[in-house]
Amino acid sequence: MSDSQGAGSVLGEPDRAGIQKQIVLPWSRALQMTRENIFVRLGRSAITASGIFLGIAFLSAVLFGAAAANVKARLDLTQLGLEHEQSELQARIVWLAAMSLLVATVGIVNSMLMSVTERYKEIGTMKCLGALDSFIVRLFILEAGVLGILGSVAGAFVGAGIMMLAYIGRIGRGGVLESWTAPALQLGGTDIRLWLAILLATVVGGMLSIAAALYPAWQAAKMPPAAALRSEF
Amino acid sequence: MSVYEYIVRTKDLSRVYTMGDTQVRALDNVALDIRRGEYVSIMGPSGSGKSTLFNMIGGLDKPTKGTVFIDEVDMAQLTASELAFLRCRKIGYIFQTFNLIPVMTALENVTLPMVFAGLTTDTAMDKGLGLLKTVGLGDRYDHKPTELSGGQQQRVAVARALANDPAIVLADEPTGNLDLRTGKEIITLLKQMNEEKKVTIISATHDLKMIDVSDRVVWIRDGKIERIEERKDIDIQVGQMEGEEQ
Repeated sequence: MSDSQGAGSVLGEPDRAGIQKQIVLPWSRALQMTRENIFVRLGRSAITASGIFLGIAFLSAVLFGAAAANVKARLDLTQLGLEHEQSELQARIVWLAAMSLLVATVGIVNSMLMSVTERYKEIGTMKCLGALDSFIVRLFILEAGVLGILGSVAGAFVGAGIMMLAYIGRIGRGGVLESWTAPALQLGGTDIRLWLAILLATVVGGMLSIAAALYPAWQAAKMPPAAALRSEF
Repeated sequence: MSVYEYIVRTKDLSRVYTMGDTQVRALDNVALDIRRGEYVSIMGPSGSGKSTLFNMIGGLDKPTKGTVFIDEVDMAQLTASELAFLRCRKIGYIFQTFNLIPVMTALENVTLPMVFAGLTTDTAMDKGLGLLKTVGLGDRYDHKPTELSGGQQQRVAVARALANDPAIVLADEPTGNLDLRTGKEIITLLKQMNEEKKVTIISATHDLKMIDVSDRVVWIRDGKIERIEERKDIDIQVGQMEGEEQ
């Protein structure tokens, strides 16, 4: 039948029309594969996403609490105590937020490590089919990014939502709404308003998730296919 | 001997695995020439080094010493992307454990190498459906691997191996996880592809049914080639063996 593979060297064969010389993975197909991976392994995906969800929910609750406290102080027509008390509160908030993010990151690194390890064989197979190392890394980053952003957005809403309910009795509906534009934390001397702080938290959640996937994915991608295929999971 | 065109040549090929303090010599100075278009079976007991040889020829692992030439190109000289290109377009792989991507349908599994090769979705779909029809699974294209039997999964794997019209199909124990009849069907299918598409088939196996269709059988033991038998020498043996079975 076809004798296009008849003569010529491995890489020097004249290609049929419409076929590119290099190996490609279109974004549309990569996204489709990411979607399938997330849905087929819904349990693991949920665990991965919930790690970041909890971290960001806690962070956004802490941020909301800080903003609401500022609003409450204004409504009570009192100043929020002395200068050093205020900076002590600020320090505690930063500490709480940092811890919550750290816990979230450890959790997501762990679940990403698991999700890459259990797919060694699949990674090896993909490489046999011609996938470049970068395809493997790209697929895991996409997956981690999607899960991280979904988890972060949900976490931000839930965290802030619970705090809104908790504060509605103390500062009223107007106070709760006002909290969104009240300063929630200080970064480098400037006040960050609550809505922006929560938006930033969401972005940070997505980034942390991707960062957590990067190392295990890169490790798996650079394995020789034979070694990846040998692993039994 | 120079009347043949060799698609695969190995020279002084050795692979040593280090396990703790001990060194295991899985392959020991193997020199093997494989002709274009032939059906070669690499036979040997498990642990003889045939899977290691399979990995070396397929560019899935690097030799400790020696070289593998595919179409006279030294595989060690290829860059990572050239190697990926080779795996994608020139070699098709079939494994004992089928190794289909579990989250993808049969058709998606078959079209994946074509996507990597840069085919448009439509072209890949048409070709993939055609290949699935060839292996007798035309109506099963939408099934996930878990919804297919072992034999059907291996058929999908055969279709996938042929996706980019490779010059070589490498099969590692393709019948190892299949029952007698299904195994025979896969062997027949491979032979048919070998004849119709002129694909060189290199199969590592200890399945004696494979001898029947092979042009040459390479017997390997303790990492060394024991002997190589030509088709005409094998015929008599097969007759005897089939007689013995009944």
